[in-house]
Amino acid sequence: MTDLSKTPEKTAQKTAEQATDQAGPAPFGTPAAITVTGVDRVFGKRKREVVALSAVDLTVAAGEFVSLIGPSGCGKSTLLRLVADLDQPSGGTIAVFDKSAEQARLDQDYGIAFQQAGLLPWRTVAANVELPLKLHGAGSAERKARVAELLDLVGLTDFAKSRPDQLSGGMQQRVAIARALAEQPRLLLMDEPFGALDEITRERLQAELVRICRETGAAVLFVTHSIPEAVFLSDRVVVMTPRPGRITDVVTVPETLRARTDATRDHADFLHTVAAVRAALHGGHEPAEDLA
Amino acid sequence: MSVVAEATAKDTRARLPISRLRVSTVLAPVLLGVAVVALWQVLVDHYDVSPLIIPAPDAVWAQVTDNRGSIVDGATVTGRNALLGLVGGAVVAIVGALVSHAVRFIDQMAVPVVAAASVVPIVALAPVLYTMFGAGNETGRVLVAALSVSVPVYLNTLRGLAQVKAVHRDLMTAYAATPTQVARTVTLPTALPYVFTGLRIASSLAVISALVAEYFGGPVGGLGKSITTSASSSNYPLAYAYVLGAIALGIVFYVVTLLLELWVTRHHPST
Repeated sequence: MTDLSKTPEKTAQKTAEQATDQAGPAPFGTPAAITVTGVDRVFGKRKREVVALSAVDLTVAAGEFVSLIGPSGCGKSTLLRLVADLDQPSGGTIAVFDKSAEQARLDQDYGIAFQQAGLLPWRTVAANVELPLKLHGAGSAERKARVAELLDLVGLTDFAKSRPDQLSGGMQQRVAIARALAEQPRLLLMDEPFGALDEITRERLQAELVRICRETGAAVLFVTHSIPEAVFLSDRVVVMTPRPGRITDVVTVPETLRARTDATRDHADFLHTVAAVRAALHGGHEPAEDLA
Repeated sequence: MSVVAEATAKDTRARLPISRLRVSTVLAPVLLGVAVVALWQVLVDHYDVSPLIIPAPDAVWAQVTDNRGSIVDGATVTGRNALLGLVGGAVVAIVGALVSHAVRFIDQMAVPVVAAASVVPIVALAPVLYTMFGAGNETGRVLVAALSVSVPVYLNTLRGLAQVKAVHRDLMTAYAATPTQVARTVTLPTALPYVFTGLRIASSLAVISALVAEYFGGPVGGLGKSITTSASSSNYPLAYAYVLGAIALGIVFYVVTLLLELWVTRHHPST
């Protein structure tokens, strides 16, 4: 990687440029999906104070796929929760589509999926998917049509009347993704959605997510532990380090990998980008011998 | 995408777990019960035990058939008190738990009161209540049943309300759901199995309390009163016949709440 910035200050500037440069399908003048400016998050008080996030700047353009990667405790989930307005920053500002995070949540501007599928076990798969539509007062005919569409999108039409505990972990996660997409959000927040799945299921769901993102054109903020997953899915990979949690690097995934097919994983650039992210994570130089 | 490969067709109907019962699980305890009763009969006959110590099962059964009407009447009176107490106590307990769950201050205030109430022998209040409401009506007995029911229902409901998963709470926040929506969609369904566990425990407590309250006075009628009356006139087989009626009443209460529990929580994964 040649365009790898090594300092957080540079990263922040570059991020802003890339937001307009590389968003691709977004028309000129469309507001950024997420703008995080100088955000801190401190848990606890005084002696027990833990700085989860420190001076974080990040912009995600409309339609852009950005991954947050880093070791446990680097604040990547905290950052996602702040964007979702499930938690409030101690300092700095967060804008989602040029609104406050709270307003964006109240306006249902994003869909969200967690590591746990979080399905309601007493509702059928179809009733779980339609939950957000029902809560926000959509009519029954509209709900039915939308649920059929979403289950078709994630390939679970035959399981509409099943209960969540009758499905495998991967299928439950697909239901959760369908639910996150129910209201056609322009932004998807995903907190390690494939973290608890086996490698095979994981790769299949990654391919599915790529297809869904193409079909919906939604921007995605994606938290993950897996370097290959981040490189495969993302336009940009944001590397974070702990104590205090900050962004140390942003790796842009080269154009040659944007096809995101099975062949992408074997592409030489893919291995190079994986190595670049790994180097950024370790905070050292690019270890060429890792490529073997 | 091969969905079929991932999970072969499963039976997706909701079922009562009762359908999983096997003959042997029912047969074994029935056989044991029959054996015990038979042994009891044989021992009483063989050693010619006085009915003052223990009456033979056939003598008890003869009293049951002779006094069927009286036993049913008594069970109706006691059962009515128990049922009113169960429903009233449960409603108060569930509403109380909802309030405690919503207002932390009230929860903290209620902790010592509930702890105290759970160790008080509530039937001991019966004589006091008879004086309070008059010995001629059933109010005291209903209240005793209601009070003894309310503690387990309150504690279980409160525990159930606390079981809501963090991911479900986050999801509801993300959906900007109103407090009523959160309660209806997540909190109440999560708590439901716990509420019914409390009700199941409370159902037999209600019968026991209503019955024992009759020992301490109040109007005539009811199984408890009949048991003390026949025992004091040394008609032990008849006393046992009424005890049998009380056992049957307790079992009916338990089984009905159990079936209700299984039906209401049929869509919940078994815990």
